[in-house]
Amino acid sequence: MDMILKAIWSQLVTLFEVLRHTFTKADTVEYPEEMPYLAPRYRGRIVLTRDPDGEERCVACNLCAVVCPVDCIALQKTEDDHGRWYPEFFRINFSRCIMCGMCEEACPTYAIQLTPDFEMCEYDRQNMVYEKEHLLISGQGKYHGYSFYNVSGKSIEDKDKGEARNEAPPVDVRSLLP
Amino acid sequence: MEELFIYVVIFGTLFGVFGGAAILVWFERRLLGIWQDRLGPNRVGPFGIGLALADIIKLFAKEDWIPPFADRFVFVFAPTAIVMAMLLGFAVVPYAPGIHIANLNIGLLFFLGMTSLAVYSVLLGGLASNNKYALLGGLRSAAQMVSYEVFMGLSLMGVVMLTGSFSLVDIVHWQADNYWFVIPQFIGFVVFVIAGIAESHRLPFDLPEAEHELVAGFHTEYSGMKFGMFMVGEYLGLILISCMIVTIFFGGWLGPAFLPPFIWFFIKSFAFICFFILLRAAIPRPRYDQLMSFGWKFMLPLTLINLLATGAIVLWI
Repeated sequence: MDMILKAIWSQLVTLFEVLRHTFTKADTVEYPEEMPYLAPRYRGRIVLTRDPDGEERCVACNLCAVVCPVDCIALQKTEDDHGRWYPEFFRINFSRCIMCGMCEEACPTYAIQLTPDFEMCEYDRQNMVYEKEHLLISGQGKYHGYSFYNVSGKSIEDKDKGEARNEAPPVDVRSLLP
Repeated sequence: MEELFIYVVIFGTLFGVFGGAAILVWFERRLLGIWQDRLGPNRVGPFGIGLALADIIKLFAKEDWIPPFADRFVFVFAPTAIVMAMLLGFAVVPYAPGIHIANLNIGLLFFLGMTSLAVYSVLLGGLASNNKYALLGGLRSAAQMVSYEVFMGLSLMGVVMLTGSFSLVDIVHWQADNYWFVIPQFIGFVVFVIAGIAESHRLPFDLPEAEHELVAGFHTEYSGMKFGMFMVGEYLGLILISCMIVTIFFGGWLGPAFLPPFIWFFIKSFAFICFFILLRAAIPRPRYDQLMSFGWKFMLPLTLINLLATGAIVLWI
């Protein structure tokens, strides 16, 4: 008898608790009308950034393409008249990309970055393949003030070895001989 | 004039309950959404009410497929049976003084008979599908309905004893003179509500179509409007049971005079429909053997005790 009363009471409590939810606010976020907040470090659409001088940051080292777990990045290195390396083409197939952010972590020059934007639906799958002109933005993205050629020992036309920031002139090893 | 009036009532009932069933499809999902802290369907039209229309269009436009291994005649007949039986059940419901289709002197028995006929629909549907899940669903529904039918009828006998009539109009008139039956027949009311849910196989007693175990139970093989008929039948059953609870235990059209009787009937029935949806939102489905032992070992003795007590009171007091 005690058990039966307890069981009945439990059912009534359940009913009441559910009924109370009539007055609680729904958890639903109605997405297209109500945009969710995306943090600045949200991993969304991939962009290629430029250094403070407006030059491409990408040096076509291929590390992003290597680290990409789904092999969605393809690029080809070429060199300009100043001796700077840059990608001849840079192609990301977003229908494969899983937005893991490994390319961003692998990138030695902050060139490739993920942005808080995920609204990139297309009716045609071919349109998911982004070329360099689609990827390249005019700004510096999340990391300001960094320019690879200003701090690296690579010599380009108007900057020889040893002239970069925080860099000592190269040592003539032969002169150290006794 | 009299003749015309009865046609008005008949067609009013027909369109009313079909419209109600269509609206309920949307309304139930909306209420479930509210109770589960969601929004529910709110895209089509104001508050999403256009979903009812969209659902009807979808059901009519879908491919209506009869599996080649099914028993064709029975397969087609089964969904119509439940709608017919439930609609016939509405024939004895008194909506307001003088507004009823038929004031049968066996109204209550007629209602019980019609809800029993609805079992055939589920049973035949499950059998004719020639599918093991459908068969299991039909089997379960047969056992469930037969056992819950027993005390569904018995729970009403206390009311019949006190009133001295099977006519639903007489039952409401008795309540007008005395008090609502929910007070003297509270056990009967509780048992009738539980049996009513089991009869219209709504959650938590929807074991015939327990989708976690049996795909969709007896209507696994049904598609298009045939499935729609089962669905409409289920909602008609929900409305019918609510109307019956109101008529028998909550004084039918009775209520303070500032609203017309029909509105009172409507409000009370609507409250019970909401209560049934709340049950669906709140209470999980029991196991099949639990359902059976609950019915036979708990509800039936309870009903019999109620019956004996009522009989003793009528006889000696």
